[in-house]
Amino acid sequence: MADAEQPPEPAAAAVAPEEIKAVPVRRPGRLIAGVLIIIVAAALVRSVATNPRFGWGTVGEYLFSPVVLDGLLKTIELTIIAMVVGILIGVILAVMRLSPNPIVVAASGFYIWLFRGTPVLVQLLFWNFIAALYPVVALGIPFGPALVEFNANNLITPFVAALLGLGLNEGAYMSEIVRAGLLSVDEGQEEAAKALGMRRMQTMRRIILPQAMRVIIPPTGNETIGMLKTTSLVSVLAYTELLYAVQLIYAANYKQIPLLIVASIWYLVLTTILSIGQYFIERHYGRGTARAIPPTLLMRIWQSFSTWRHTEVPVPEQRHGL
Amino acid sequence: MSEPMVKAEAVHKRFGRNEVLKGITLEVAAGEVMCLLGPSGSGKSTFLRCINHLEKINSGRIWVDGDLVGYSQRGDKLHEMRESDVAGEREQIGMVFQRFNLFGHMTAEQNIIEAPIRVAGTKRDVAKAEAKVLMDRVGLGDRLDAYPAQLSGGQQQRVAIARALAMKPKLMLFDEPTSALDPELVGEVLDVMRALAADGMTMVVVTHETGFAKEVGDTVVFMDDGVVVESGDPASVFDNPQHKRTQAFLSKVL
Repeated sequence: MADAEQPPEPAAAAVAPEEIKAVPVRRPGRLIAGVLIIIVAAALVRSVATNPRFGWGTVGEYLFSPVVLDGLLKTIELTIIAMVVGILIGVILAVMRLSPNPIVVAASGFYIWLFRGTPVLVQLLFWNFIAALYPVVALGIPFGPALVEFNANNLITPFVAALLGLGLNEGAYMSEIVRAGLLSVDEGQEEAAKALGMRRMQTMRRIILPQAMRVIIPPTGNETIGMLKTTSLVSVLAYTELLYAVQLIYAANYKQIPLLIVASIWYLVLTTILSIGQYFIERHYGRGTARAIPPTLLMRIWQSFSTWRHTEVPVPEQRHGL
Repeated sequence: MSEPMVKAEAVHKRFGRNEVLKGITLEVAAGEVMCLLGPSGSGKSTFLRCINHLEKINSGRIWVDGDLVGYSQRGDKLHEMRESDVAGEREQIGMVFQRFNLFGHMTAEQNIIEAPIRVAGTKRDVAKAEAKVLMDRVGLGDRLDAYPAQLSGGQQQRVAIARALAMKPKLMLFDEPTSALDPELVGEVLDVMRALAADGMTMVVVTHETGFAKEVGDTVVFMDDGVVVESGDPASVFDNPQHKRTQAFLSKVL
């Protein structure tokens, strides 16, 4: 639009303005807090390193022992399958909750009421003892003859009981998360898709769900981390996941503390990996939004250290999409 | 004379007990640009949304290109259409919204090719080539990879128009397309609409832009309180309004 012969643009001074070089404000409070924390941390580290009862040698001995690694694998397996079950049930319940059919809505509400209202440990025990309630599980016509029958004791192994207990319970929590996500997407999105002739399922899958993901992912990450830790409850069913594996070992050698440290180290490793994964998934689903995802805690700490060294921090370039 | 593109007969629409449309009867010929004017709450946007069945009407009939909207008539009984059949009818009717409603997680190009690929079954490379042509047509040929949040309101609305055109509609509905825009961005959207009208597209436009209605509209319909108060060619409605309510409205907006 602008013509070459127009009068010169206003402002835009010929010489670059002088940068302000001022003495920064002194902040003694920050300094004192920092020093105090460092002193306390040093004392902690010293005690951890020098107290022989931590048994760091034993920790190292068992950290990669086959029994522990096998338990670790089972913990991962349980977490993944239980979360998949939970998310599937959650999506189904959330869609049911938004249905125009009142019976469907009530069924979904009842499920959530039941499974969110009782402790997951109780539910796990219930599934474990389900054979006492229903000795035989039969598939067939309702109120009619059975076609296949199973002995519940053989069908419900500790692993299956664990999956049922964890997955069904998780479904109740996930449904609320998914529902909040679906409701967070502007109605105009659905209308625009409708106006283009898109079908209901297409609209849900291509337009609504991907945008709901931005709201669904962060709490789902938390749920996954929570699930990883909740799997330790399965130890009461004598299923050899990570915690029960170390319990078996310390029942034999009485080195409880070092072995609990072994379990804790592995839980921390896994939750750390999950947190990092969550960051990248969030960034993926955040594409197209003006507000970029805030940097992780580690990135923030790193940045503030670099502000100590240089006065000017280059703002990391935010890339949209790709 | 051939079949009108849109034909509405005694259309009534209630929200609860609130009757928003109280018997709208009108016709839009193929190639015609009809502008709906009126104070807010007069029912013009609701009527527009009834044309592609985003709102269900309570009584009356609407036909688009000879097909009954949202229902099928078998004998003397009216049957509600299945979801997918309604969607099929909507493919032929483009709509542009006041708040653009671009899909926020998709680039401009992805916004445009989504429906042609998923609904019309167009090949991806064909749809992409058409998207480029459409984006050139609305003056944004270099912004194919931009996300909606990276575009100005005027640019978003132009992408939204391109998205609607990608389905090759025979009718375009505009629901206050410039009301959410900064004044300096209104012009670029109206330019695109003007060009579209010149190409012979049938358009129904709910607008407050009297200048546009006067210049581009073939017919101007003035609505108030759920009824058509006055209609006719722009010159007669704007320069010589017959009805008191039209006069009162125009004296405020002109």
